[in-house]
Amino acid sequence: MSFYKQHKKLERNLTLLFVFSLIAVLIGGIVEIAPLFYVKNTIEKVEGMRPYTPLELAGRDVYIREGCYVCHSQMIRPFRDEVERYGHYSLAAESMYDHPFQWGSKRTGPDLARVGGRYSDDWHVQHLKNPKSVVPESIMPKYAFLAEAGLKPETIDGHLKANAMVGVPYTEDMIANAADDLRAQADPDADTDGLEERYQNISIRDFDGNPDALTEMDALVAYLQMLGTLVDLEAYKQKENLR
Amino acid sequence: MNNIATVCILGLATFVAMMLSALSQDSLFSAHMGILCFILLCTTIVFLRRFEFAPSGAAVSPPDTSGYMDEIVRYGVIATLFWGIAGFLVGVVIAAQLAWPILNLEPYLNFGRLRPLHTSAVIFAFGGNALLCTSFYVVQRTCNARLFGGDLAWFVFWGYQLFIVLAATGYLLGITQSKEYAEPEWYVDIWLTIVWVAYLIVFMGTIIRRREPHIYVANWFFLAFIVTVAMLHLVNNAAVPVSFLGVKSYSAFSGVQDALTQWWYGHNAVGFFLTAGFLGMMYYFVPKQAERPIFSYRLSIIHFWALIFLYIWAGPHHLHYTALPDWAQTLGMVFSIMLWMPSWGGMINGLMTLQGAWDKLRTDPVLRMFVISLAFYGMSTFEGPMMSIKSVNSLSHYTDWTIGHVHSGALGWNGMIVFGSLYYLVPKLWGRKSLYSLKLVNWHLWLATLGIVIYAAVMWVAGITQGLMWREYDDQGFLVNSFIETVTAIHPEYVMRTFGGLLYLLGALIMVYNVWRTIRGDVEEADKPKLDAAIPAE
Repeated sequence: MSFYKQHKKLERNLTLLFVFSLIAVLIGGIVEIAPLFYVKNTIEKVEGMRPYTPLELAGRDVYIREGCYVCHSQMIRPFRDEVERYGHYSLAAESMYDHPFQWGSKRTGPDLARVGGRYSDDWHVQHLKNPKSVVPESIMPKYAFLAEAGLKPETIDGHLKANAMVGVPYTEDMIANAADDLRAQADPDADTDGLEERYQNISIRDFDGNPDALTEMDALVAYLQMLGTLVDLEAYKQKENLR
Repeated sequence: MNNIATVCILGLATFVAMMLSALSQDSLFSAHMGILCFILLCTTIVFLRRFEFAPSGAAVSPPDTSGYMDEIVRYGVIATLFWGIAGFLVGVVIAAQLAWPILNLEPYLNFGRLRPLHTSAVIFAFGGNALLCTSFYVVQRTCNARLFGGDLAWFVFWGYQLFIVLAATGYLLGITQSKEYAEPEWYVDIWLTIVWVAYLIVFMGTIIRRREPHIYVANWFFLAFIVTVAMLHLVNNAAVPVSFLGVKSYSAFSGVQDALTQWWYGHNAVGFFLTAGFLGMMYYFVPKQAERPIFSYRLSIIHFWALIFLYIWAGPHHLHYTALPDWAQTLGMVFSIMLWMPSWGGMINGLMTLQGAWDKLRTDPVLRMFVISLAFYGMSTFEGPMMSIKSVNSLSHYTDWTIGHVHSGALGWNGMIVFGSLYYLVPKLWGRKSLYSLKLVNWHLWLATLGIVIYAAVMWVAGITQGLMWREYDDQGFLVNSFIETVTAIHPEYVMRTFGGLLYLLGALIMVYNVWRTIRGDVEEADKPKLDAAIPAE
């Protein structure tokens, strides 16, 4: 058979073998991934989406550092049981500022895509310190050390800058005021006019119940409390039905 | 030989690491660079102690570079076993943590930090070292040439160990990108890129100097593995660091684009690291152990090209029913199902190689190991396409069924073929006439098999139980179970799973003992006559 004869050439020529293998493994990725940067339903913006505030971003970094994504997804699938359990199914636009994405792959614990506002701050703090104290059967590890771990606001502007470089619309104003904004969001007595102007739809309060210290617990709870709260899905649903 | 340049570079690198540790922006980077500095310092001292202050006239015999370079393969075998035990042990620990959460020790030994340690230890440390040493062994034999690049191969070996240590210590400290199986941060990624390019040069250089016109099929697979992993690593780890003196970086992609890039990487880490590379192993060691040629040359051509072309497309099946566009999900599903065929092509080619040698299974536990490995390969490459069907995936996704599937592939296919290959290699590399004990090989084989079967079976039960409980409705149309009820329901399975993992670890420990005795040169006397008696008359 001539095909196998032709193939003999590849088997004797390293350059040909290398080039053909490379072509074979390039095609699939290009066809599947490249369009996602152009097709409408993966790049369209949805009203309400904004970049994370400095405090939320710091909380998100704690979430990543502790490997929360290993057991908690942030991606609600469009099934009746998931929508009833966790809320409206997740939209692509809701993770458009997530570098990297936190969809997860395993639910050892429940989905967190819309956990924001479902529980009180106290509940979260108590739960993170000792999960069994609020959910006796829980198998989640304790994260009590977060309440002791201080947060350093001074370097947060660098994090905003890096995010801006990869496409998150942080303005120069936001970057310049990052450290102050971080402090202000966890301090109910601070002057927060600037903060509220820069970021819509945010919660300002002492998240960890300890007004004396700015901790990683503040940041993580602030992040958890905003998850899934940005987009007004009622409005989105109506628009969706028009199509 | 005095290697002044190496010592100077190492000394300089030690100094740089120390400076980076001192100047760092965050405490994590400081700690990580401190660890690096310590490792480099130790290495420098080791090199310094090797200095020979012989009088200049004395003849220093140049090292022998005529034969195969096997010292590095011996090191690789030891490293594979060491990291294998470490990876399995962490696996047992985190399995136990899920069954008994009190075993979490915050912050360094919490599940969230140990889980990437386990996955990276078994995939990249155990699997990676196995790939390094077997590919170095196989490429020399099949090309009839010494490894290209002299000490460059040693750089690849030790550079790769440094990558492992940096990645592992990083996970415990909380340094992670959160991309599964690509967790190490930007500076560790850059280091791995350098090591990987050196690996490619050593491997391709050796093929170029071959004294054999034909490039053997095992080397196609090894080559495809090295090239594709380089491509995946570079794209998926594209990120902008916050500071060159800090650990944190932000991925170049976000949301849905990042998700598909990650699973394009993630699935092909399975496809090329754990499949193509390991098929390279299979194509050399199975025919050698069976003393039969590969079953079908044509099948190997067809299945090689089909496998590497189709695998790349399968990534989206990790994102069924997510915000990824439907066409991409369907494409991923269709290609995943097609992938079943080339996968079984490989299994058939391996199994049928035993044609005319099946009787050896009665007497050779090493060959048995290869056969069980291929059987698990066939099983999990059937299960995988089935789970990629969207309606099946709607149940299995997010549950332990996926974990069970991964482990039947990793423990069954990858683990067993590595064990088989090492059992083949050890007597050859250390010049022993046989292994210390075939009986112990048999014990290892059955403990490991039993461990996998228990593990996979209870994970099916756990996954399907939890999946069904999540979607269970009562007569009035309300959800029956709260989430926590679906967690407590699978506690017995989590306990059984830990037990399965423990059996597998026990088998591997028996292997370490057996290998150690073999290297020492002991051979169990009782083994020999029994073996001879069992061989049937021709």
